[in-house]
Amino acid sequence: MSITREAGPAWAIELNKLTVYYNDKLAVRDVDLKIERQKITAFIGPSGCGKSTVLRSINRMNDLIPGARVTGRVMYSGKNLYDTDIDAVEVRRHIGMVFQKPNPFPKSIFDNVAYGPRLLGIRDGKTLKQIVEQSLRASFLWDEVKDDLKKSGLALSGGQQQRLCIARAIAVQPDVILMDEPCSALDPIATQAIEELMLELVRQYTIIIVTHNMQQAQRVADYTAFFNIRKEQETAGNERRWGLLAEHGATEQIFNAPKLEETERYISGEFG
Amino acid sequence: MSAAPETAGGVIHDEAAYKRGLRLRTWRGTAWQNFFLLAIVAGIAALIALGFTVVNDAFGYVIATYETPAAELAPNGDLNGLSNAELAQILTEHTPSRLAVYIRDYLYSGDPAEFAKLPMSQALPGATLLPGAENRTVRELNDEQQAAILGDNLSQPVLVTIVEDNVVGESIYQTFSLTESLVNRAGIEAELASAPEGATLSFRSWVSLDFLLSPPSANPATTGARVALLGSLWVTALTILIAFPIGVGAAIYLEEYAAPTRFNRFIEINIRNLAGVPSIVYGILGLAVFVRALATFTGGRSILSAALTMSLLILPVVIINAQEAIRAVPLSLREASYGVGATKWQTIWRVVLRSATPGILTGVILAISRAIGETAPLLLVGASTFIVSDPSGLLSKFTVLPIQIYNYTARPQQPWRDAAAAAILVLLLVLLLFNATAIIMRQRARRRLSA
Repeated sequence: MSITREAGPAWAIELNKLTVYYNDKLAVRDVDLKIERQKITAFIGPSGCGKSTVLRSINRMNDLIPGARVTGRVMYSGKNLYDTDIDAVEVRRHIGMVFQKPNPFPKSIFDNVAYGPRLLGIRDGKTLKQIVEQSLRASFLWDEVKDDLKKSGLALSGGQQQRLCIARAIAVQPDVILMDEPCSALDPIATQAIEELMLELVRQYTIIIVTHNMQQAQRVADYTAFFNIRKEQETAGNERRWGLLAEHGATEQIFNAPKLEETERYISGEFG
Repeated sequence: MSAAPETAGGVIHDEAAYKRGLRLRTWRGTAWQNFFLLAIVAGIAALIALGFTVVNDAFGYVIATYETPAAELAPNGDLNGLSNAELAQILTEHTPSRLAVYIRDYLYSGDPAEFAKLPMSQALPGATLLPGAENRTVRELNDEQQAAILGDNLSQPVLVTIVEDNVVGESIYQTFSLTESLVNRAGIEAELASAPEGATLSFRSWVSLDFLLSPPSANPATTGARVALLGSLWVTALTILIAFPIGVGAAIYLEEYAAPTRFNRFIEINIRNLAGVPSIVYGILGLAVFVRALATFTGGRSILSAALTMSLLILPVVIINAQEAIRAVPLSLREASYGVGATKWQTIWRVVLRSATPGILTGVILAISRAIGETAPLLLVGASTFIVSDPSGLLSKFTVLPIQIYNYTARPQQPWRDAAAAAILVLLLVLLLFNATAIIMRQRARRRLSA
């Protein structure tokens, strides 16, 4: 069965009791979360709280990790993405991803952006050129690279590489873009460029971003989901830890009037 | 308090002890560095010694004697410039009684005892014969008819070899090494004076175009590496053509598709072990499987059997290196590919293999070096030790350079050793050519991958 995009529901993605295990180890448990269409949602929380795990579960990137197991549901356009008749390849074409470390292919700038369209079978040079230009313009990179599209993607600076990766992701016209700490390897100026880009992209796309930087969440995100760690003493000296979604709401509310004490302690920098 | 912290504290607080220790540490570093330098020097020295031994034998003065000098047979003594008919004419004039023997040795492939009794059409099926010669035995033909058979059915280089061996009859009376030639000219002149009438002294490079282009012969003066060289090229090229796709395919399967089950790990470990199996064992396997059991397909002792055996021999090297190269492709690149909706195969083909190409080629380079120098398994699967006809296809008989070299060195006279040195240089040259090609391809692949 294939995925048909629906414009209908206000929710782009709905997580339903999403639970992820790595082998026998529980990583994150019972996440219930609705992601609003064409808004930026930020995932924040201390290291090990499972925010990246949840993000990677949304486009089934965790399928690549041996031993990863997901229960619960990820609803997208009326389909549970974990139904057995859904192909992960199709999921990732609708829900694109940008990674923590810029990872352009060791190919030319043009070939990097054209990679996705070519996968889908587009061979026509003119169409490809058009898609590449559109995508590079949309990621604010066109003016910087339009004269040397044949240059290797690796020759760009870190911030340019990350924008190239965003161009590559949007070249297949996804619906949702997942960003896993996209600025953590970048300097402040490059970070600012990416943030501005996100605010532009959100007019067309639904964006979910994992970030360690709370100012970043405040600057760009419409909604913020705070994940935290739960611990349980199994036996003496043997502690079990897993992550869960602690609180979720409009960014302003989370940062100015958090409902939970742990959220307040985290955003005020007491742990993390 | 135990003693240990106090001693340690001693070095930290005692300036003199610290200085002593520092001197010792620095000295140790220098000692190791000198040892490493020594290792390099020893390696280079060994390489120079090897090169010297070979070059020393491959060049130098020779004293030669002739039955009929080549200058009497052809303008400037250039036999290669003569036509088939002219060469056959020379043979008729100088060695009329041996024409039938040449036909038997170079054209006939059946039982030698039967040769004289068979009509020509049966003895030489498919050969070009003058009208009227078909139904006669070799003894019933006159000299002209016999010469015509030779001229029409043998290639020009083979005819030249026959003339050189039987008419010119150059025989090497004495040879001198390169060092002797350079430092002991007077001694060589003295030797020439005591040589038989008509002997000539000339500086000879045993590696020459003639050596490359001539088939082997019973005379070291006219022998050549042509057949062995072609055999080596055929076998090595075919080996790579077989082993490369299979090896890379196996590596892709093991790295990308095979689940890490106990059985698959067992297979991997055994591939690694196979890389260390002595080559003669592969020879026995090749003999049993390719030469005997599959003789219908491989033609028995043929180039194809040899290449299949060699492919088995180098497969582990190709597989292991390809596996390492595939494993070294960073996960981030695979994720990037999957992230835009690539299938597994698209990711493997467009990202993983492209990034792994330089590493895979490294394995191919190692494999070529191994395949080109192997002798033992080829002896078992039936490389001929003496064969004068070029390999003509996958199913033809063949020999290879290492076996030719072995064949030369097994003979006691000095000229054969010089010929062996020349063949070694040819072998090294071929090795260099194959490796250079692979290295250039690897550099190109690397350049494509870098910024």
